[in-house]
Amino acid sequence: MADRRRLLLAVLSSLVLLGGAAAYVVAAGRRGDAPAAAASAVDAGPGDRVLFRSTAAAGYGTVGTVARGSEAGVRKLSGLDCDRVYAAAGRGICLRPDGPLATYQLAVLDSSLRVKDTYPLVGVPNRARVSPSGNVVAWTVFVTGDSYNGGRFSTRAGMINLATGETVDSLELLSISLDGRPYRAADANFWGVTFVDDQHFYATMSTGGKRYLVAGDVAARSVRTLAANVECPSLSPDRTRLAVKEAIGGDPAKGWRLTVLDLASMRRTALAETRSVDDQAAWYDASTVMYAIRRGARGSDVWAVPADGGGAPRLLIPDAESPAALWN
Amino acid sequence: MYLASVERPAAGRTDRTKRLAGTVLALGTVSLITDVSSEMVSAILPLYLVAGLGLGPAVYGLIDGLYTGATALLRLVGGYVADRARRRKAVAGIGYGLSAAMKFGLLAAGTSVPWLSAAIVADRAGKGLRTAPRDALITLSTPAADLGRAFGVHRAMDTAGAFAGPLVALAVLAASGQAYDAVFVVSGCVALIGVLVLVLFVSDHRGPRPPANPVSLTAAAALLRRRPVRMLLLGAALLGLSTIGDGFVYLLLQRRESLATGWFPLLAVGTSLTYLILAVPFGTLADRIGRAPVVLGGYAALLAVYLLLGSGWGGPVTVVLVLFLYGGYYAATDGVLMALAGPLLPAELRTTGLGLIQTGQAVAYLVSSVLFGLAWQRWDAAGAIHAFALLALLTLPLSAILLRRARG
Repeated sequence: MADRRRLLLAVLSSLVLLGGAAAYVVAAGRRGDAPAAAASAVDAGPGDRVLFRSTAAAGYGTVGTVARGSEAGVRKLSGLDCDRVYAAAGRGICLRPDGPLATYQLAVLDSSLRVKDTYPLVGVPNRARVSPSGNVVAWTVFVTGDSYNGGRFSTRAGMINLATGETVDSLELLSISLDGRPYRAADANFWGVTFVDDQHFYATMSTGGKRYLVAGDVAARSVRTLAANVECPSLSPDRTRLAVKEAIGGDPAKGWRLTVLDLASMRRTALAETRSVDDQAAWYDASTVMYAIRRGARGSDVWAVPADGGGAPRLLIPDAESPAALWN
Repeated sequence: MYLASVERPAAGRTDRTKRLAGTVLALGTVSLITDVSSEMVSAILPLYLVAGLGLGPAVYGLIDGLYTGATALLRLVGGYVADRARRRKAVAGIGYGLSAAMKFGLLAAGTSVPWLSAAIVADRAGKGLRTAPRDALITLSTPAADLGRAFGVHRAMDTAGAFAGPLVALAVLAASGQAYDAVFVVSGCVALIGVLVLVLFVSDHRGPRPPANPVSLTAAAALLRRRPVRMLLLGAALLGLSTIGDGFVYLLLQRRESLATGWFPLLAVGTSLTYLILAVPFGTLADRIGRAPVVLGGYAALLAVYLLLGSGWGGPVTVVLVLFLYGGYYAATDGVLMALAGPLLPAELRTTGLGLIQTGQAVAYLVSSVLFGLAWQRWDAAGAIHAFALLALLTLPLSAILLRRARG
């Protein structure tokens, strides 16, 4: 083939390929615009509502609320986009991209979902929680640069007390006691914080290939392990039980069973949900746990199941994730 | 691009080819385009898996772990097949094509974890397959005296692509309203253009057909009986043993300087920028003063990085110095080692030989990163870096002896 014809062929084929790619990008952009939902004022203050992140085509990614008791009914959507959202006592937290690529921020929200303050995060947002008083916010992100084990991911969890300004940049900085003994390891990872009050919390720690439930004390700057093989705790409104996910057969690759751990007896009760739940559950009320189940690449629904192991799971909020009951 | 401008005229070398072989430029272009494509996906893959698909830590770790170590042996297999069939371009093309197809494969896999894993493994396999044939094509189409510069140009173009990739991904995300699938489609189309450039503009190096095919498993194994090859392989593996990996270097830097976490991604940018700038000058320097000294100089820079990280010095000057030395280490070793190896290997077994040396280094690196992880757990970060500085101090003179013997 002559050089010129070869060059012509290359240029034309490249134009066709790039044209096709550009057309796809434009179509993808339109796909997002078309079903724009009207944003309205959303009340995230204490009240009979569930706060969530919408995964419906209309208003994908925006934060909204539904009324308690008619969760599948009319939803109010705000103009605020978040990857993860949570709220308590009139204070919200939104983990969202900061600019389009690979940097994120934690936005602190007031009860009308207005952004009051932002903090930079490095890593992909994974979990968000607010303490019952609304004073302390906690986040978990995945960090990929943080490789102790040959380029694998790790998680980093931190918290800020907005009332006192006290921060814990990473729970890895706290002193760890494992099975009652002081413990140090470079591979300790934390995720999934849930608050007792502004000083005390539960979370997940992984180290040496095992995952533990830990109880933490910010003032004492310490965490201690309570149980093995339970992750992503969520404390019940009466503070007696933790909803957790328990890796089936101790192997997360086999999936997780939603479980409730009684803190007094440390007894575990597997819930009626038999699908694998890879979410930090939230309490709908003292006897019901809610959690997101993924459906496809973008879709997700919030389901509810009794916390006593009986009953059956039911669809609570279609096309939603990141639920938070605002009356708890 | 006028490569005459990067040419450093040297007395007594005027008879040498002034222009780089078209094949090298074409391969550089293929690498540039392919790196734009692959870095686009690397930049958003964690985000896609975790935020897009909602995978939890354990599953994400499982998939992410597939990235490492999946390719080392494939380099050897790809190299041998390419030599045996005397079709280096075809094998490289299959590698590039496989990776291009897998960009669409990621899209097709949807939320299925096994299919996502399969697509990622196939993508890495494509990279494993293409690396040795590509480097062999560079050595076979360049006069031995200009190999350093040729690899310098190739690696600089490659790195430029890696720079552009995340920016293109950013533009696509912005234009498509955060649609990850659009990034995969654009990445796949860009990768196909890379394959097209390879097919149209890279000429395979065939040479006269020998009466009997000299490439057999016995002949490949006999490569190891050649003293220079053995010495080089040992030297390269020994040097690989003293490397700790980017993640650790940046992590140590961040911890010691307590840099705000927002700066973390910029550390890699600093290193790549230095690599980009220094790849051609160091390649050219290697052609003039010898490749072994430049490679060893690169590892000396790495040792200096360890010493700086292990010292008590702090401040922005140290950070800049570490990144500069670390980028310089890459520029002086990555391509130059291939330029050093090329002439030591018989043309018909060039791909196998380069694959062998790359595999040796990769395996040594896997071992060293595990060792560093263990050292970190046992002695903490400072102890681990001191141990590795000591290790580098021991391996460097040993490697120098081995590389000298490889030449002689």
